[in-house]
Amino acid sequence: MLSALEGSQALAQAVGLCRPGVVAAYPITPQTHIVENISKLVADGRLRCELVSVESEFSAASVALGAAASGVRAYTASSSQGILLMAEVLYNISGMRIPMVMTCANRAVGAPLNIWNDQQDSMAVRDSGWIQLYCADNQEAVDTTIQAFRIAERTEVPVMVCVDGFVLTHTLEPIDLPTQEQVDRFLPPYHFSRALDSRNPLSLGTCVDPSFFTEARHSQHQAVLRATTEIMAADRDYAGIIGRSGGGLLSVVGPAEADVAILALGSVCSTVQESMQLFPQDRPVKLIKLRAYRPFPMAALREVLQGVRDLVVLERAIAPGSGGIVGMEVRSLATTLTQLPRIHNYAVGLGGRDVPIEIYPRLVEAITRADEPAWFEIFDLEPEKLPVEDR
Amino acid sequence: MTTTDDTAVETSVDTTTDIAARKAALRNRLKDKRGSNEAPARAGTAFSIAELREHQPAFRGLEAGHRACQGCGEALGARLVAESAGPDVILTNATGCLEIFTSPWPQSAWRVPWIHSLFENSAAIAAGVEAAMKHLGKSTKVIAQGGDGGTFDIGFQALSGMLERMHNVLYVCYDNEAYMNTGVQRSGSTPHAAATTTSPAGLERMGKRHLKKDLLSIIAAHHIPYAASASVAYPVDLRRKVRRAMEVEGPTFLQVHCPCPLGWGHESSVTVEVARLAVQTGLFPLVEFERGEVAGVMPLRNPKPVTDYLKLQNRFRHLFSNDPRAREEREHLQALADHTIEKFNLRGEEADPLDSEGADTVRRGGLVA
Repeated sequence: MLSALEGSQALAQAVGLCRPGVVAAYPITPQTHIVENISKLVADGRLRCELVSVESEFSAASVALGAAASGVRAYTASSSQGILLMAEVLYNISGMRIPMVMTCANRAVGAPLNIWNDQQDSMAVRDSGWIQLYCADNQEAVDTTIQAFRIAERTEVPVMVCVDGFVLTHTLEPIDLPTQEQVDRFLPPYHFSRALDSRNPLSLGTCVDPSFFTEARHSQHQAVLRATTEIMAADRDYAGIIGRSGGGLLSVVGPAEADVAILALGSVCSTVQESMQLFPQDRPVKLIKLRAYRPFPMAALREVLQGVRDLVVLERAIAPGSGGIVGMEVRSLATTLTQLPRIHNYAVGLGGRDVPIEIYPRLVEAITRADEPAWFEIFDLEPEKLPVEDR
Repeated sequence: MTTTDDTAVETSVDTTTDIAARKAALRNRLKDKRGSNEAPARAGTAFSIAELREHQPAFRGLEAGHRACQGCGEALGARLVAESAGPDVILTNATGCLEIFTSPWPQSAWRVPWIHSLFENSAAIAAGVEAAMKHLGKSTKVIAQGGDGGTFDIGFQALSGMLERMHNVLYVCYDNEAYMNTGVQRSGSTPHAAATTTSPAGLERMGKRHLKKDLLSIIAAHHIPYAASASVAYPVDLRRKVRRAMEVEGPTFLQVHCPCPLGWGHESSVTVEVARLAVQTGLFPLVEFERGEVAGVMPLRNPKPVTDYLKLQNRFRHLFSNDPRAREEREHLQALADHTIEKFNLRGEEADPLDSEGADTVRRGGLVA
């Protein structure tokens, strides 16, 4: 049944349907509404879980780690500076192979201080060993959150569900929440094989010297790579029970044979999709919605990039001194294609800059006009606001 | 605890099977254990529980064979805490010596469930474990462990948060007064005038310029049910405090003074003596707080001069030079001890079997003063 829900409210209910035993969080805009709504579920007796309102994001992630390691399903959520404060714990959770789920309500990272949406925060921890799934709309965010618990628990790799701050978290959409019975069928009760238990004492998080560290990293890398199978399986089984896919590793909108493609992550996909409907162009173009960024779905991407002559990579983050983060990885993958596409790498919507609805025709025009593809450019830059030397 | 002994205890309560055969097997095991041909009991006589207890080794949460230095006060403290707490516990551990020397993969010295995550989050991990126990309806007690660096300094915020939220966790700080794991750098717990690698003594400096942070008072100010200091020199007192804390439903805190022969520069054979002098001089008072109020102290019988304590340790060696500032700092430290003795009213009035001379003094005939 469809109901009009704010993104955060829908996410909170989705988390509640997964029956977490411990939720720990620290408030940060734009994540706040998610945890507020979970708190209300607990206060109303609709969710039986220990809600730990901690004194920092660092402790939020740590409390969730401790709980998940003790055999209880655990969840946290954060944004921006909070994600960076958690960074040390995030590496620790994945290195210890503790399954848990967190929502990253994507927000810019200061300075300059900015509470609005881009994806610099999750990109800053892309190499922390977490699975990262990016959601294009709130329905995807709900479905992905529920799937995330199963993916994490089957792979023993933690999952970060990336949901654009404000654009999704604070926006009302018609949402179809699965029933408790459906979620219970999809998601079995949490079981962690290495749980802390006084009847079966184990030592977790021991000191590993050079003779084993390399192998530990290898196993972790393999586990994240292998998660592609589990992400697809979870989506398939979810569709079987609930009747809707969450977007697999990636999905393609538009003609499969199109030789122009736009690749994006998160809510920009929805904006581009709408723009494509409003402003149809002569040249056939397809939109590649990259849902799984970690693991980087190399095989699936290679398949949809085959035959593409012009590829636009859109991203909401930047690696200062280098350029695009996603763009660089796609470019590297593209070298293995039989025909190397022209890759146009643009950053859009940094720090909440509105992504205009005319984005699609403007992009098509830009790549048609360009003699050389843009190695990396900030697409919506307004040069008149810059000091002369920076223009 | 060995499997053999487990079986022995189980045998004594199992009356449904062949008791005679089991007794014989038990006698043989006890004989082997004693390395003697003398049977511990006459044939045909049942073992008393007391007799069985005598042969049952104490529970050890932290086993021997770990990689601590000789004379390590922290290893002694952790062993006492783990054996007093018993087997139904989950331990968390901050990064530090204790974590390193007990858990070199693929080995572990822990016989109880144990988790190390990071340097500054032992209290937060413990809070998560405790929340999970609550959710699961389990009564397993959670003990968070950390050194002074992980407790006084980098882990202080997580600790304060855990206490404020009233988690049912015992936090144990093994206080050896510097960052020993990284090579003896000064911490918030390093005493005034002590030399460390980052507060060295030299022409311009007499060791650490600042005071040792009064952590126990800060902890007590959280008005938690129980907070106490203890010392590895007083194991009976330490065990009692652990058991006391274990009984409390809510956050409790123990600060255990643990000499570090390497960092403090004393012989590894005098760890207990050094720890004892810290108490006897008044530099490390043994105090108990309940809900923020002083609830008990170990009285000092004839407090000793601080120089008795200082002169055993190289970290205070510069205080015995001819430099006039050395004398000044010695006097400063004596004044700090005197102040502590006054503040907690530590001076005992008469010989007391539980005072700083009587407690844990077996050679004088136990509790008889």
